Amino acid sequence: MVEDKESQNLTISLCLPTLNEEKTIGKEVVLLKSELVDRYPLLDEIAVIDSGSDDNTLEVAQNFGADVYLADDILPDLEPKKGKGENLWKAIYQLEGDIIVYVDADISNIHPRFVYGLVAPLIYRKEVQYVKAFYDRPLAISGEKRASGGGRVTEILIRPLFSLFFPDLTGIIQPLSGEYAVRRNVLEQIHFPIGYGVETSHLIDVYTKFGLHAFAQTDLDQRVHENKSTRALGKMSFGILQTFLKRAKALDIISDMKDYETILRQTQAIDKRYEQKELQIVEEERPPMIEIEAYREKFNRTLS
Amino acid sequence: MNSSFNTILDSLPGIENKAKELKEILLANLAMIGEIPAPTFKEEERIEFLINRFKESGIQRHSIDQVGNGVGIVKGENTDKNILLVAHTDTVFDESVDHTIQIQPRKAIGPGVADNSLGLAVLATLPVFLEQLDITLENNLILMAATRSLGRGNLEGLRFFLSNFDEPIKAGIGLEGVELGRLSHTSIGMRRGEVICRIPEQYDWSRFGDASAILTINDVINRINEIQLPQRPRTSIILGSIKGGSSFTTAREAVLRFEIRSESSGMVEDIHQQIEEIINEISSRSGESIELDIFAQREPGGVPFSHPIVQKTRRIMNQLSIEPRPGPSTSELSAFIDRNIPAITLGITHGSNVREKDEAIDINPIYKGIAQVIGTLQTVDGGYCEKD
Repeated sequence: MVEDKESQNLTISLCLPTLNEEKTIGKEVVLLKSELVDRYPLLDEIAVIDSGSDDNTLEVAQNFGADVYLADDILPDLEPKKGKGENLWKAIYQLEGDIIVYVDADISNIHPRFVYGLVAPLIYRKEVQYVKAFYDRPLAISGEKRASGGGRVTEILIRPLFSLFFPDLTGIIQPLSGEYAVRRNVLEQIHFPIGYGVETSHLIDVYTKFGLHAFAQTDLDQRVHENKSTRALGKMSFGILQTFLKRAKALDIISDMKDYETILRQTQAIDKRYEQKELQIVEEERPPMIEIEAYREKFNRTLS
Repeated sequence: MNSSFNTILDSLPGIENKAKELKEILLANLAMIGEIPAPTFKEEERIEFLINRFKESGIQRHSIDQVGNGVGIVKGENTDKNILLVAHTDTVFDESVDHTIQIQPRKAIGPGVADNSLGLAVLATLPVFLEQLDITLENNLILMAATRSLGRGNLEGLRFFLSNFDEPIKAGIGLEGVELGRLSHTSIGMRRGEVICRIPEQYDWSRFGDASAILTINDVINRINEIQLPQRPRTSIILGSIKGGSSFTTAREAVLRFEIRSESSGMVEDIHQQIEEIINEISSRSGESIELDIFAQREPGGVPFSHPIVQKTRRIMNQLSIEPRPGPSTSELSAFIDRNIPAITLGITHGSNVREKDEAIDINPIYKGIAQVIGTLQTVDGGYCEKD
């Protein structure tokens, strides 16, 4: 794979977006650097882009040889925003690779396959632009039908929505997985919601701009990470819905829709008292990176 | 000869620095090995990983033998003799335990990380260290990940290899994750076993309240405690664990795990006989079935403190400011002793909570630990450890 990569003069960057990941980041950097930079030079750079951790995430990552950046220090003239999508978007500006691999930093069973499994389709298949991970470990002796193991938000929100409006995209087995590898010329053309909606928006935008054949999926076997609470999943779903509706409106899939609310109301109980908690969640978006002048200057690009 | 050994001593700080430079490779191996569960008799997946590492290092001779040992042989300049570097592959944790390894700047944490994932990681990384340090050896270097070492395994992997490998072995070096400074050169005599007490199905239940496998095991323990142990040769009986019953009702089965240890094999045999008599007596009195199962044993022996391999290794440790702690062990040494092969066991770093799920090792001392192993290897290879 390394030979094929080099024969195409491709460069590959790994971005690990972080916020307080000191427990898992050390192993991710050690393992991926040792195996995929030193032993098999598949990666040209490993960068941690941090949202402002207050634990030792940056020190740990730097100690084991990653390049570390604070998201706020990248493109400092822009008004800073907080969110994982912001880190992913700024990685396009900061990192040099023709391909950028995004891997979440909270994976406790990290393995080199998380990277080589994602970049292989981009190296071997020129038409592939966007490779998405899914996780499935069938029992060796089981021939029975089973669910493909999407998370709760995938099964309750995303799959029903895609089934209604983008049936082609229901073929994406785990649409919300945080691990994907994408060519720069695609990344620079798409919007980046800075919060929960980034994965959903990518799928819709890449699909509408480049077609279904731009996607590939790769089975990374198993991913172990901390489970989120139902309440956290509610917040996530609300952000995703905003992203989705924005696109549905822009693509004229849903007509005559008013501006939607940005307040999520969740109910919580304290002893026997029930109260409603209001949470403002605004899914702000970053424009395609190609629209940023500093980026065009750095990578010698022009607006078409 | 002396100047050459001194050259090795002088090179140790450089080896330590190189080990530090290559820390990511070692720690990556540690994490990947440590996250593969390997309870005794189920070590296949770890061995497969090790063999792949050997292949990637360009080791041409590598194989998995009939008992599952993973072996790689780094060819020496003069291939008549061999040095065997061995680390046991199995751990005390079964597959259901979460084997996630955490890597912090100063510590690595996770089940089995010290015993013996670190030993294996050093074994897997050694070819890289030797290549980077431009070290070639006169003798063949056998890198061996041994299976079936712990508990009922009774060193079966290493014993099998030593019985079937038909080339001469000059010396053996055992690698254990902890403790740095360990310099085991003798093995004490040991027998390891279980006392299993069961209440038979047709038990006389009119003995209301008396019937309990736990009470019977308690009786056995009290009687074992009464056995007179001599001060010389040093002898001990270690009661390792007891298990019995499941709730509030009568316990039908109880198990006591123990080890007899002594500097004298006669004393080990004598205590074994006494425990057998205790069990026969209690069994005939209570009507319960009591079984004594001895499943592992070691014969005492080893190389003396004055042996050049011990003396030279102490000097290597002193040079690296490691405080040497020579002494006996019940590790792999016993298998070497049975075959009259001079051998020592070395520890790589400091650790805590060994054999607990939050087992931890210190990362910084590892570099000294590796320098010590490579220095010892070169010293054996150079012929500085042979008796006059």
